[in-house]
Amino acid sequence: MQLFPCPFCGPRPETEFHYGGEAGKVRPEPAEAVSETAWADYLHAQANPKGVSREVWVHLACGEFFVLSRHTVTHEILGAEAMPGREA
Amino acid sequence: MMRRYSAWSLVREGLRGHTGWPEAWRKPERPQAAYDAVIVGGGGHGLATAYYLAKLHGMRRVAVLEKGWLGGGNTGRNTTVVRSNYFFPESVALYDFALRLYEGLSRELNYNIMLSQRGMLMVAHSELEMEIAARIVNAMQINGADAELFGRDQVMQKVPLLNDAPDARFPVHGAIWQGRAGVARHDAVAWGYARAASALGVDIVESCEVTGFLVENGRCVGVDTSLGEVRAGAIGLAVAGHSSVLAERAGFRLPIHSYALQAFVSEPVKPMLDTILFSFGTGTYLSQSDKGELVIGGGLDRVPSYGQRGNPPVQEQVISGLLEMLPAVGQLKLLRHWAGIVDVVPDSSPLIGPSPLPGLYLNCGWGTGGFKAIPAGGWLLAHLIATGGHHEISRPFDLARFETGRLIDEAAGAGIAH
Repeated sequence: MQLFPCPFCGPRPETEFHYGGEAGKVRPEPAEAVSETAWADYLHAQANPKGVSREVWVHLACGEFFVLSRHTVTHEILGAEAMPGREA
Repeated sequence: MMRRYSAWSLVREGLRGHTGWPEAWRKPERPQAAYDAVIVGGGGHGLATAYYLAKLHGMRRVAVLEKGWLGGGNTGRNTTVVRSNYFFPESVALYDFALRLYEGLSRELNYNIMLSQRGMLMVAHSELEMEIAARIVNAMQINGADAELFGRDQVMQKVPLLNDAPDARFPVHGAIWQGRAGVARHDAVAWGYARAASALGVDIVESCEVTGFLVENGRCVGVDTSLGEVRAGAIGLAVAGHSSVLAERAGFRLPIHSYALQAFVSEPVKPMLDTILFSFGTGTYLSQSDKGELVIGGGLDRVPSYGQRGNPPVQEQVISGLLEMLPAVGQLKLLRHWAGIVDVVPDSSPLIGPSPLPGLYLNCGWGTGGFKAIPAGGWLLAHLIATGGHHEISRPFDLARFETGRLIDEAAGAGIAH
């Protein structure tokens, strides 16, 4: 069992965490001006990188969302930080 | 020239000490400078595409470029199940087409793919699951695929070892039965297509990685490879879990997450299971190989990954599910265990169609179910490359569905994770 770091609770078993999505995506606004292509791109297009990846995860135990940096081949954890504007 | 395999050739070679078998397919060391079509990825889908291009569309200047070795990706890492028990008409049309092609494939390729249509049992564990099972059976029958709703007694007759104890966590209420489902020899599918394609003039080049795409006037006109530049009239992409990596080199993104999907093989035992068994409750499924080993699979790993190995949390889930279903196998040892990288799409249906880069065509997004679709995936990608347009079976699976919202959500429809 791998340990994932929660910025709020410290290292915890990976099964306490749930993958949320790619970090850094910005929701296009305003809604009425967003084309179908741009909206589909925001919703579905993924970088899905082979290598270092920045992802949003949620720690199910405390309910906090945060950004996890990890390597998608080695599964090495490179860091965890609170979401922008949130302090751990 | 390809020499036909037959009972007579087996007897003759048996008497000659098997010294006269020619190589099954040609192995050019490097690709030529230009082809009519280049297929990236030498797994089942890529090799099938090349075969159908040559066989049905008369394209003989075709190359398959494979980074590793033939069938060494997900074609060699699956649990060999073929079936078409899906919910939506579009999916059944696609997967039943694949199953029908599988049914004639050994004869078509003159290569025994060891298709064994032993049927698949999808066990339901409550009255509510039985309602969903009935709904899926009805949908399959309306869509023209074979399906039956089994009651408890019929299920226990099929698999007497199934846990139906009074304290079972997942009591048996009934099942979906598809009699035409089965297993096929995974390597034979890749090798059979490779041999038949090679005999029609297709160049299959291993250890040749595609590192980039040649673009002229906004159109893809070839690929950069570790063995040099190769120009092509059209390019097909059939690289499963690595589709995003190649898409990035071509300058676009796909609605794909890559995950590891694990499989397990036990030590061999005497015949104990003559069908494919799946449980809605545990998510674990298994069949028994001709050698007697149990071949076991389950759900996706929880973490997006390109690491071709399994991770403990899902191992525990799959194996505990197995023990819940068949307590009798508790003493068996696992012999092997591995993972393949699968390309998971939000609606759990494949992506077949033109890519955002003109001249480059996609066959990906099969998620955990690519093996069963190999003949159809290859057939449809060949149709796309040869004609430049969709066949009516592949049209609903175009990338455009993510803009129009016409998703084909099999995760919700068929209740399986793909």
